[in-house]
Amino acid sequence: MTAKIAYDEVEVGTELPAQSFPVTRATLVRYAGASGDFNPIHWNEKFAVEVGLPDVIAHGMFTMAEAVRVVTDWAGDPAAVVEYGVRFTKPVVVPNDDEGALIEVSAKVAAKLDDQRVRVDLTAMCAGQKVLGMSRAVVRLA
Amino acid sequence: MALDQSFVGRTYPPTPPYEVGREKIREFAEAIGDANPAYTDIEAAKGLGHSDVIAPPTFVFAITFKAAGAVIEDPQLGLDYSRVVHGDQKFAYTRPVRAGDRLSVTSTIEAIKSMAGNDILDIRGEVHDASGEHVVTAWTKLVSRAPEGA
Repeated sequence: MTAKIAYDEVEVGTELPAQSFPVTRATLVRYAGASGDFNPIHWNEKFAVEVGLPDVIAHGMFTMAEAVRVVTDWAGDPAAVVEYGVRFTKPVVVPNDDEGALIEVSAKVAAKLDDQRVRVDLTAMCAGQKVLGMSRAVVRLA
Repeated sequence: MALDQSFVGRTYPPTPPYEVGREKIREFAEAIGDANPAYTDIEAAKGLGHSDVIAPPTFVFAITFKAAGAVIEDPQLGLDYSRVVHGDQKFAYTRPVRAGDRLSVTSTIEAIKSMAGNDILDIRGEVHDASGEHVVTAWTKLVSRAPEGA
């Protein structure tokens, strides 16, 4: 494990570079295939509406995968992430158009722990709503 | 109907090994649009100290969730999966998942709660490699929503 960020160079409040992740229906079909999660709420509008959703929604695990890219891109080595957890608070609604939805992720160092580790708190927004809660990663730095 | 509390602590038998392939990792990394070379380029992965390409942090969920099927589909537990949503997800890694791993999952029911008619089920999946070493633990919280009018 070879993180490119040094523990001594970060402090509580250090912001990680924010990123935005576009998601369209095509993204969801592709993620369904790669992950093996073929729940029709992620690709079939008729089904999604029948079960009470406003439209097709992104896989929660897709949003979780995108959000942590802010941390892995910052740390350099994805293996620097030693813990990662989220709560799925709101769905990411993905309309059937060319735009789709945009997941905006920001993150900052919330605590410095022992053993070269820091806790990073993430915020993931879509259409003005928080889509992840309690989104935290523990990262071992150099 | 509330789930039977006596299932708390129940552990299901380890799953047959899932063999992690380089091309499966590549497919997953492409699906999440992540171009980190540690996922696709063996030399880049070795440069970071890994013996082969590694998987993105959430890759292992496909394996642990499939294993959790033993719990979700346990007819004795009687969870109504058609009403289930994913509440929380957490991972704790001893090391990254990497190509060539043969991973087995042991699922345990950690908690069963009932809140406002919803059944809340916490499942822990312990992932070990072929040598029995711990790789990652996944915690999955599932919420089975109360039927309308219940």
